[in-house]
Amino acid sequence: MTTLAAPATHATHAPHAQTEPDYLRASSGILSWIGSTDHKRIAILYLTTMLAMFAAGVLIGVLMRVEQLTIGETIMKPETYNALFTLHGVIMIFLFVIPGLPAVFGNFFLPILIGAKDVSFPRINLASWWLFITGAALAVASLFTGGGAPDTGWSFYAPFSIRTGTNVSLAVFAAFVLGFSSILTGLNFITTIHRMRAPGMTWHKMPLFAWAAYATAWIQVLATPVIGITLLLVMAERFLGVGIFDPAKGGDPVLYQHLFWIYSHPAVYVMILPAMGAISEILPTFARRSIFGYAFIAYSSIAIAALGSIVWAHHMFTSGMSEVAQFVFSLLTFLVAIPSAIKVFNWTATLYKGSIDMQPPMLFALSFIFLFCIGGLTGVMQGALAVNQHVHDTYFIVGHFHYVMFGGTGFAFFAAMYYWFPKMSGRMYSKKMANASWFCLFFGFNGLYFTMLILGWMGMPRRYYDHLPQFHTLHIVASLGSFLLAAGVVLFFVTLISGLRKGDKAPENPWGGKTLEWSLGSPPIVENFHEIPTVHQAPYAYNEESGHGHAND
Amino acid sequence: MEHTTETHADHPSIGTFLAVWLALVVLTAMLVIASQVSHDLAVAAMLTLTPLKAGLVLYYFMHLKYEGVLLKAMVFVAIATLLVFIGFLFFDIGFTW
Amino acid sequence: MDTPMTDAQAHAPSEHRDDLGAKVGMWLFLFTELILFGGLFILYSAYRSMHAHAFEDAGKLLDVPLGVTNTVVLLTSSLTVVLAIAYMQRGDRRKATAFLLATIGLALTFLVIKTIEWSAKFEHGIFPGSPHLLEKGPGETLFFGLYFLMTGLHGLHVIIGGILLTVMLWWVVKGKTTQDNYVYLENAGLYWHLVDVIWIFLLPLFYLAA
Repeated sequence: MTTLAAPATHATHAPHAQTEPDYLRASSGILSWIGSTDHKRIAILYLTTMLAMFAAGVLIGVLMRVEQLTIGETIMKPETYNALFTLHGVIMIFLFVIPGLPAVFGNFFLPILIGAKDVSFPRINLASWWLFITGAALAVASLFTGGGAPDTGWSFYAPFSIRTGTNVSLAVFAAFVLGFSSILTGLNFITTIHRMRAPGMTWHKMPLFAWAAYATAWIQVLATPVIGITLLLVMAERFLGVGIFDPAKGGDPVLYQHLFWIYSHPAVYVMILPAMGAISEILPTFARRSIFGYAFIAYSSIAIAALGSIVWAHHMFTSGMSEVAQFVFSLLTFLVAIPSAIKVFNWTATLYKGSIDMQPPMLFALSFIFLFCIGGLTGVMQGALAVNQHVHDTYFIVGHFHYVMFGGTGFAFFAAMYYWFPKMSGRMYSKKMANASWFCLFFGFNGLYFTMLILGWMGMPRRYYDHLPQFHTLHIVASLGSFLLAAGVVLFFVTLISGLRKGDKAPENPWGGKTLEWSLGSPPIVENFHEIPTVHQAPYAYNEESGHGHAND
Repeated sequence: MEHTTETHADHPSIGTFLAVWLALVVLTAMLVIASQVSHDLAVAAMLTLTPLKAGLVLYYFMHLKYEGVLLKAMVFVAIATLLVFIGFLFFDIGFTW
Repeated sequence: MDTPMTDAQAHAPSEHRDDLGAKVGMWLFLFTELILFGGLFILYSAYRSMHAHAFEDAGKLLDVPLGVTNTVVLLTSSLTVVLAIAYMQRGDRRKATAFLLATIGLALTFLVIKTIEWSAKFEHGIFPGSPHLLEKGPGETLFFGLYFLMTGLHGLHVIIGGILLTVMLWWVVKGKTTQDNYVYLENAGLYWHLVDVIWIFLLPLFYLAA
C-alpha cells in the first residue's frame, strides 16, 4: 500500500527513472494508436483531431470576417456565406467545444485525478472516439455531396431545414453520430467516478475537475438524446414528409425549437462546466493557495447542471411563445447565473493573499474569469424580456456566446493545454511564445467580440451576408480584431509544436501542483500508477498560514 | 475484481415473476375495458395503470427493487428529467392553445 | 456501490471485472433510450393537447386486438427473458437456453404482427405524409405521423434487442456465459425490458386513445 506522498515543488530536479516506458513510447505504429484503449492515447487522438477541426473552424470564421470588410460582395456569394456560418457553427460546437475539455483533459486526467488506472469502460471510450471521427467525416462529406453544405445555421430550424435543397440530412446525421459519442463519454465518466476512485478518495476529496466532469456527464447522458431524436425527426421530415414540424401539414415549427433547445441549452453547460473545472485546478496551483469554498464550487457545478436544464426557452422569447412561458423562463435564466457567480467569487477569494506565479496557464485562467464575466453578464441582460426583443438575432447575441464559449471554454482550453502539456508530452514550451500567443488572443478576441456587442446593440442582425453603411466602420474594426485573434491561434499552435520538437524535458511537477497527476512521470506510464495510491489529504493542500504555500515533504 | 454481492435473498423466486406477469396482463385487460367504457375513465386508467405496469417491470423484472439506493436515485432523476421537460413545455403550450 | 475502492480491490490482479459497474453503465444507457423516446412523447403530448378530438377519432382506426395481442406478446417476452436469467443464476443452462429462444420467438412474433398492421394501413392509404391523411386534416396527419415514428423507432429497438438476445443465446450455448459470469445476459435483459416498457406506454397512447 502506497501512501500518497505530496508531489514535489517547483521543478529543479530531473525526473526519476521509470522502469517502464511512458504511454507515448510503450508501443508504436498507427494501429497501436487508433486501436488503443489507453485513456491517455484516446485523449491525444481526440486532441489532434479536435485541434484540426478547430483550425478549420477558425479559418471559416476569418473568411466570414473578410467578406464583411466591404459592403456588397467581397470574396463570396450570399449562398456561400450562409453555408460558411452554418459550417462554422457545426464544426465549432459539435466538433470542438462540446467534446472540448472532457474529451481531451477529462479522458487524460479524470482517471489519474481519482487515482485510477483507466476509465470503467476503456473499449467504449475508444468507440466514442471512432464515433467522433465518423461524425467529423460525415460533416465534411456534407460539403461535397448532394446540394452542398447546409445553409440553415447550425440550429437547423424547421421549416427551412425541411425545405432547403442543401445537404441538411447528412449534416444532421453527422450531428446525431457525434451526439452518440458524447453520450458514451458521459456514461463512461459517471460510472468511472462512482466505481473507480482510489482508497481514501471520498467525494469531498475529489479534485474539482472531477466534480465538473461528473456534472457535465449527467447533462451529456440526459440531454443529448433529445437532440438525437430531433435530428432523426428532421431526417424523417426530409425523407418521408411526416409533417411533424411542417406547418403546411399541421406541424408546429415552434415545437422544433423547443426540442432543439431542450438539448442545446444544457449543451452550453457541457461546454462551460469542465472549463470551470480546469480553472479550479489551475488557480490554486499558481496562487499557492487552497481553493476557497471547495464545497461551494463542487455543488455549484451540480446546481448549474440542474438549473441549466430548465431555461431552454430563453432562446425563444420572440418565437410566439405564451407570456407565461416567457415569464417563467426569464426568471429561471436569472437564477442560473447565481451558481456561476458563486464560482467567480470563490475563485477571486482564492487569489486573495495568494502568491501569484504568472505562468501562461495562470494568465489564461485569469483572462477566463474576466471574459466569462462579460459573457455571463451579457447573458443575464438577454434574459430580460424587454431587452431580448431588441437584441435577439443581432450581433449582441453573437458577441455574448463567443464571450462564454470562446472567451470562456476556449481560453480555459488554452489554459488547460498550457498547464497539462508538460505532463502529457514530457516537454516544456517557451514561456515567451506562450505569452505572445496570449497577447494576440486576448486583444484580438476583445477587438472582435466587444465590437460585436456594440454592433448588435446598434441593431446589426446576425447571419446577414451584408451590412448597412452605419455599421461599416465597426465591421472593419471587428475584422481586424479577428485577424489578430487568428494570429494568436497560430501562435498557440506554434508554441506547442515548438515545445514538442525542441522543448526541455519536463520534470514531474513543473508548476508545484498538488493533485495526483503531478506525482506521476511526465509523461505517465501506461498504467498511470505503479501502485494505486491511498489518499489521505484533500486536494490543493497548500500551507495556508504563511499565505504562500510550500509543499509538505 | 468486484463480483456482484447479491445473495439468494436478492433473487426473486420463479413464482414471483409469474405473479408479476399475471398482474401485468390483468392490468392490461383493465386498461382495455376502461377505454371502452368512457373517455374520462380511459384517461384516468391510462394515467394510473400504465405507470403502475411500468413500475412493476422496473421493480421486479429489471430488479430495481433489490438494487441500492443510488441506482434507484439515478432512475428517479432520469424519469423526473423527462417529466420536467414535458411539464415546462406546457408553460408554453398550455397557455397558447 | 459508491464507496472508494478498498485496498484489497485496488491491488487485485489486473483482470478488471466490475459487474456492478457494468450494470450501472447499462442503466445509464437505458436513460438515454428513455429520453430519446421521451422526445417523441413530448411531441405526442403537445399535439394531443392541440388536436384532442382528431387524435381520438384517428385512434379508432387502429386495430385494438392486434395492439393488445402485441402487448401480451411483449409482456410475456419480458417474463421469458427474466426466467432465462433466473435459470442461468441457478446453473440450469438448458432452461436458460429454452427461455432465451422463447424470448427471441416472441420478438419475431411482435414484428410479424407489426408488419401486418402497417401493411394494412398502407393499403388504406395511411402512411407518413400521405395525401389521404392530408385530406383528413392536421390532427389525423399528426396522429399517424407520430404513430409511424414511434412504433417504427420502437420496432427498430425490437430488432436490435432481438439481435442482442441472439448473441446472448450464442454465448449461453457456447459456455461463455456461466452461472458465475452472466452480467452481459442481465444487461441484455435490461435492454429488452426497456423495449417492453416503451410499448406499455405506446399502447394506451395510440390504441386506447379513442
